[in-house]
Amino acid sequence: MELNIFVQHFINALSLGSLYGLVAVGYTMVYGILRLINFAHGDIFMLGAYFVYFATIVYKLPWAVGVVLAIIGTTVCGLLVDRIAYKPLREAPRISALISAIGVSFFIENFAVVVFTGMPRPVVQPPILMQPIEFSNGVRLIPLGILVPVVAFILVGALLWLLYRTKPGLAMRAISFDIETTRMMGVSVNKIIALAFGLGSALAAVAGIMWALRYPRVEPFMGMTPGIKAFIAAVFGGIGSVPGAMIGGLLLGFVEIMSVAFFPTLSGYKDAFAFLLLILILLFRPTGLLGEKLEDKI
Amino acid sequence: MEMLKIKNLNVNYGAIHAVRDVSLTIERGEIVTLIGANGAGKSSVIRSIMGLVKARADEMIFTSPRDDKSVSILGKPAETHVKLGISLSPEGRRILPQLTVEENLNLGAYIRDDSDGIAEDLEYVYSLFPRLKERRKQKGSTLSGGEQQMLAVGRALMSRPDLLMLDEPSLGLAPILVDEVFGIIREINAQGRTILLVEQNAFAALKVAHKAYVLEVGAVSLSGTGAELLNNPKVRAAYLGG
Repeated sequence: MELNIFVQHFINALSLGSLYGLVAVGYTMVYGILRLINFAHGDIFMLGAYFVYFATIVYKLPWAVGVVLAIIGTTVCGLLVDRIAYKPLREAPRISALISAIGVSFFIENFAVVVFTGMPRPVVQPPILMQPIEFSNGVRLIPLGILVPVVAFILVGALLWLLYRTKPGLAMRAISFDIETTRMMGVSVNKIIALAFGLGSALAAVAGIMWALRYPRVEPFMGMTPGIKAFIAAVFGGIGSVPGAMIGGLLLGFVEIMSVAFFPTLSGYKDAFAFLLLILILLFRPTGLLGEKLEDKI
Repeated sequence: MEMLKIKNLNVNYGAIHAVRDVSLTIERGEIVTLIGANGAGKSSVIRSIMGLVKARADEMIFTSPRDDKSVSILGKPAETHVKLGISLSPEGRRILPQLTVEENLNLGAYIRDDSDGIAEDLEYVYSLFPRLKERRKQKGSTLSGGEQQMLAVGRALMSRPDLLMLDEPSLGLAPILVDEVFGIIREINAQGRTILLVEQNAFAALKVAHKAYVLEVGAVSLSGTGAELLNNPKVRAAYLGG
């Protein structure tokens, strides 16, 4: 394989993988705290993409403004999902919240069909992000391909800083081990849970926006497959672990892109690789790469 | 001056009536102990004071020495108590295993924003328990049982409580550590903190307590000063091995 082609595959894999990672982080944070798989998370990602589409393409706002509005709008939706669908079920058996999560996911998807119509809409990419940069050795890259992983790494880095260097981060890590003890220390548990949903939704919004730019269209079910794959990435990395989710996302991105790059005849099975990976992890290492053993959890 | 006044506290778990009409008073500066057999309802009393279990009572009034204001703490959620000046070192220690010793202590100071005061109290806790200082960067799960107990007490001190509640601080400790823990309880009290101590080790608890209540099947069967109960023949027979 030529260097040029390989570098392009590599950047593609990095880009796709960091998008999976950004979404996976949201799954893992909520799971870490509530032991809940937030099935609506992929749909939150879709809302991020739609909001930026409406802000910039329909209402012609500048991209910077549109992106900020989309992130805020998506975060509010994520918080509403927690408030309406999960918070009333905090004391209920875990299966109830899980069913509620599935319900919310269907609700958001179908609500999107009604409001946005089911028709896919093309996204006009800002030309500055698509203008290829040519290197002397013949490698050509588009700025978007580099922007995506850079943004993703900065955001996940900032999240890790928040988790490990600030008081709300300390509370978030504490809640994931023992809610009652954390409450006793004066932590308002519901506020910290809301923070986790808010941060996860904001990251999903960023991922959704970048996804819409990369595969330039939006449609109501666009969150389903990336959502499931990001969930696989979170399990792969060790659910509950933020660095694990990012690593899982990157590995999944590489598996998908490289398998097709090296074995083009298998391209039809691209999505199957993700599920094969999930089956293998669940069989051989159910706690994932960086996951803690369950018995350590109180 | 009263700090905590409880009248006719009742706790039910489904059909089980775990605490029956318990009334108790804690004066400022006292060590008050609640002794009794396993299942007598001691932990339920302390947990209902902390707001961790649903309880009924005619009154449960906390008077803060900070401003002499009296408030009812009945039915208030647990996270509000620590702001009033009540903290609990729970039964079973409940330290957070994946957080470091210092992170556990910082969590105890969660409600505070005075970083100088927090640093001061961190040093104070480390001076009470020098072993915690040696292990400050270690995860809670790597500590021995005794060290975890010290961490639980230290964490409860980090909010600078006026009323410190200790639930079975000697449980599962080697005898030499039990003496150390009770020595430290005395020291904390000598520095002006009021303490409510729940213990199965009645002898050690009565020796440090100013006032004691004996709980039997959820109700107070006896009360008096620590010395009175130590010499009470019924208490001696039931809890002190004759």
